[in-house]
Amino acid sequence: MSRTLAVWIAFVVISVGTYLFRASFLIAADRGTKVPERWRTPLRMIPPAVLAALVAPALLRPAQVFDPFGPRALAGLVALVVALVTRNILATIVVGLAAAVGFELLLG
Amino acid sequence: MSGQDEPRRDQRSPIREFGAGAAAMAPILVGIVPLGLIGGVATVEAGLGIAEAMGFSALAFAGAAQLAALDLMARDTSLPVVVMTALVINVRVVMYSASIAPHLAHLPRRRRLAASYMLVDQVYAISIVRFTRDAEIDRWRFFVGAAVPMLMVWVSTTGLGVLVGDAVPDAVPLAFALPLAFIALLVPTVTDRPGVVAALTAAVVATVAAPLPANLGMPLAATAGILAGWIAAARRETV
Repeated sequence: MSRTLAVWIAFVVISVGTYLFRASFLIAADRGTKVPERWRTPLRMIPPAVLAALVAPALLRPAQVFDPFGPRALAGLVALVVALVTRNILATIVVGLAAAVGFELLLG
Repeated sequence: MSGQDEPRRDQRSPIREFGAGAAAMAPILVGIVPLGLIGGVATVEAGLGIAEAMGFSALAFAGAAQLAALDLMARDTSLPVVVMTALVINVRVVMYSASIAPHLAHLPRRRRLAASYMLVDQVYAISIVRFTRDAEIDRWRFFVGAAVPMLMVWVSTTGLGVLVGDAVPDAVPLAFALPLAFIALLVPTVTDRPGVVAALTAAVVATVAAPLPANLGMPLAATAGILAGWIAAARRETV
């Protein structure tokens, strides 16, 4: 199987699965079922955990070497502060990229 | 008295009601453009092209999950892990579904199934706020009015991003924009202390486990983070 075909199959599986999640309570909306209380907390923990798992190595181990004070890590820290303060996606990305270039020049 | 100068429901034109959804979505769309462009760049990093970029966006219509999937693909992660990660990120939409179901319960099934395709974070967020505030609007029209512009912007910017990547000077590490986008997406999802615990735990485990083959460190870290956050929340309640 070619990689492109495999990738498209992956896209379809992701899309169908996501659609089913989205439709889950809407299909039976006229019956009014609810998410059990016990599942709410773990569901809420998923986005922070997954996103942090994706971000951390890119910031702290760029090029496979642990570099907690390197240009990427520092730029990431700057971006985090901007994100917390402005809650603005564009600002976070632009400032973060500028910081990455800047720190690279200063420290690289 | 509120509502007194609003046209009565049967006097409102459909255009206005679709327009209300689009108007509520407009400020958010500005923030979606950079995400879409980054999605396009990430698609190229994953060795794919414009058809894949736009196809993925049209099929999945899921921002963070798509970016995560593309990021993992660029790092040669096995496709089953890519699929699992994207699905795990999206599982939370089950909560959106449950939350918005009562508001759309009156719709015929076909429309509810169509609405399901469009149940994206931002569409959900503005819709639930509006529906709880305003009992008079036509919810279907508002929802569709919000979702269609979002879909159009998302598909077109991810396609555009594939082309834009080449135009940016080499000195700018455009691939770094993807982790930055994740940071921007991460912050609003952390709403309490357990969320912070979840994120920090996942970050530490992911960094330590990074050398593991097939990018297994990532799902391992995510699981550790979810469990840590869950435990932190449970302990809070028993104190």
